[in-house]
Amino acid sequence: MNRATPAMLEVQHLRKVYQDSSRTIEAIRDADFSVGQGELVCIVGPSGAGKTTLLKCIAGLLAPTSGAVVLEGQPVTGPPPSMAVVFQEYGRSLFPWMTVHGNVMLPLKQKKMSAERREELVRNALAAVDLKGVEGAYPWQLSGGMQQRVAIARAVAYEPHVLLMDEPFAAVDAQTRADLEDLIRVLWRRLRVTVLFVTHDIDESVYLGQRVLVMSHAPTVIMEDVPIDLPEDRTQLETRSMARFGELRKHIYSQIQLAKQGWRPPAS
Amino acid sequence: MRTAQTTKVRARHTARTFIWLQGLAGLVGFALLLEIVPRSGIISPDYLPPFSTIMVALFKEIKTATFWTALSDTLQAWAIGLVISVVAGVVIGIAIGSSRVLRSLTHSTIEFLRPIPSVALIPLAVLLFGSQIQSTLVLVVYAAFWQVLIQVLYGVQDVDPVARETARSYGLNAFAQIRYVIWPTTLPYLMTGVRLAAAVALILAITSEVAIDTQGLGKEITDTESGGAVAIMYAYVIVAGIIGVIVNLGARALERRVLAWHPSVRLDAAEAGA
Amino acid sequence: MKNLLPPPRRVVIALALPVTLIAAWWMTSADSQSFYFPPLQTILRTFAKLWFSPQALTNIGPSLWRLSVGYLAAAFLGVAIGLPVGASRNLRNVLEPVLEFLRAIPPPVLVPVLILFVGLGNEMKALVIVFGCIWPVLLNTVAGVRALDEVLAETVRSYRIGRFARLWHFTLPGASPQIFTGLRQSLSIGIILMVVSEMFAARDGIGFVLVQYQRTFAIPEMWSGIIMLGIIGIVLSLLFRAFESWLLGWYHGLRQSQRAG
Repeated sequence: MNRATPAMLEVQHLRKVYQDSSRTIEAIRDADFSVGQGELVCIVGPSGAGKTTLLKCIAGLLAPTSGAVVLEGQPVTGPPPSMAVVFQEYGRSLFPWMTVHGNVMLPLKQKKMSAERREELVRNALAAVDLKGVEGAYPWQLSGGMQQRVAIARAVAYEPHVLLMDEPFAAVDAQTRADLEDLIRVLWRRLRVTVLFVTHDIDESVYLGQRVLVMSHAPTVIMEDVPIDLPEDRTQLETRSMARFGELRKHIYSQIQLAKQGWRPPAS
Repeated sequence: MRTAQTTKVRARHTARTFIWLQGLAGLVGFALLLEIVPRSGIISPDYLPPFSTIMVALFKEIKTATFWTALSDTLQAWAIGLVISVVAGVVIGIAIGSSRVLRSLTHSTIEFLRPIPSVALIPLAVLLFGSQIQSTLVLVVYAAFWQVLIQVLYGVQDVDPVARETARSYGLNAFAQIRYVIWPTTLPYLMTGVRLAAAVALILAITSEVAIDTQGLGKEITDTESGGAVAIMYAYVIVAGIIGVIVNLGARALERRVLAWHPSVRLDAAEAGA
Repeated sequence: MKNLLPPPRRVVIALALPVTLIAAWWMTSADSQSFYFPPLQTILRTFAKLWFSPQALTNIGPSLWRLSVGYLAAAFLGVAIGLPVGASRNLRNVLEPVLEFLRAIPPPVLVPVLILFVGLGNEMKALVIVFGCIWPVLLNTVAGVRALDEVLAETVRSYRIGRFARLWHFTLPGASPQIFTGLRQSLSIGIILMVVSEMFAARDGIGFVLVQYQRTFAIPEMWSGIIMLGIIGIVLSLLFRAFESWLLGWYHGLRQSQRAG
């Protein structure tokens, strides 16, 4: 990482502690990393690793107990306008009383622009996620994969600088997931957007990412920052059968196993 | 290990107690409001006596026979009407619901009769029965019956057709089918129907007392109003409210108890109303 | 299942029982000497005479007007108050017992109480409907706001959707199914209060007219009045359902797709 160029997103010694009614839970002990402009970084970790908590802190939906999140040089104190989030539960993140068109359009109404520009963004976004002819349909009329595409289109239309994705394909079947993974890579390269992708699926993280941040489970720390030196052009069939893919995968897997046994990297 | 559990349980108890306290604070605040507003003259104490005055009147009234007669008259009419409605609703509901032919034949009639307001029958009831309890029962049953019937019909329709077929193929007669297949599915719907019917029955029982002058709390309220015994009137209003609360809470608790065994039905019950 | 039958056959099935019942009523009452149960033919003739005349408007008009004013005011107030109460956990906890108590007071009881305050005029009748109808709307609005989906709420936050847009595009539509449940209950209560308040103390309105017929033993007129009130109830119910399915079409579609699996 070239520290001279300012990073798009910096997470500085983030710590998050919950006050339950009876006890204190340290969800995240120390998360410290940065994401450069245009990078696709995956965060992988076991269930209970506080991945969603971390993402919500980065998104400005949760306030960290200590530490900071800095986006394009500005500290994040609430949801920033240059960030968009795609949630796991697509069914519940789309407005069932609005059509697909209405859903994708709604966040744009907050931004000052002409009506034509908004329509153009919606059209382009839906085309970008390969959804044709569903503008007038309601989300619950669509399949799960299509609904998630709508949620992604909504994020894309918003023209964010950083795209946060919280295990977006966990609730989708395997074939649809493969298609959506490829869609993300295509979108990422075309739009040149910075992507932070959280997942519990190690294979997915290696397939998608340029870097993979391995998280321990609670109290979470970043175990390792693994660079993924796979070719830029990736396909489900070829990339996943490469030897290097298997090595990276195994490495990350063993890191997570270590984490489960309570091992933590020495404090830097 | 156990200590962590008990701490969590205790914490939940403290949270719930706090909510109770908040609610209690609200009630106390309301009573205070009711005390201060008449005394300060914002509303004339002739129309709205202070809370304390009403309470004094209430405690005096409780010692009278009139009170207990009125209360039992209302509750009697309510209970009898409710029971008739529930029994009729269950019997007719299961009979109609089990047969596709009967269901389609009666559908239009039910949808036509259901929205007819029970109060439309008031003049007829007065002519036939005057101010006796039968008038009240006509009103109560006509209103409450539909609540039960509709819910029972939903319930019978929700019965798993596979289970039905299996029962039939095993040669179970109608009664056995009802007992083992239809009833368990219908029961939670019935509880929702009973909850709605109980509330409606109370409203119509009081309606009858207010409009037709049948014996009961409603009649006491109209009598005291025209007689100028304003504090006593409010005392009866509060008692009517308390009865309403008990009926609502009781029916809701009953419904929840039964629904706890049938999670899939919960959303439909929520749709039936808060 | 039932929609496989071609339309004409469905109409026949729908009409079969009602027509039979009406015919039975007609025939059994045709030679009726009973004072309280005149022939259906007489009733229907009286009905046509009474309710197809301009006089009918002076009987029904004021009733419906008072009901509309009272009901709409109650609906508006119920939602307006219910929204902030539902959104705040503390407000809810404090106010819920009081509101549940006020709601549990049987609405007809309000008629004598309000007569005390505002006498016997139009204000009493409209106010009584407001005070009786507001509670189901209020409490259901509170429940509806409370049950708003958390994921959707976070989505709204993450896209920085402003306060008014949030209310219009998220809170209200999200709570609307539950609010409509309250509105439905309130409609029944409103009709009861409309009739009772007019029977009690009025110079016009359908409740008043009904009581007059009954007191003067104008039996066929009374029966025709009962039928009229029944028709009003049916029409209001149909209007309500039409409005609801227009506004909540998305909700019915959503529930259907959920039930399908």
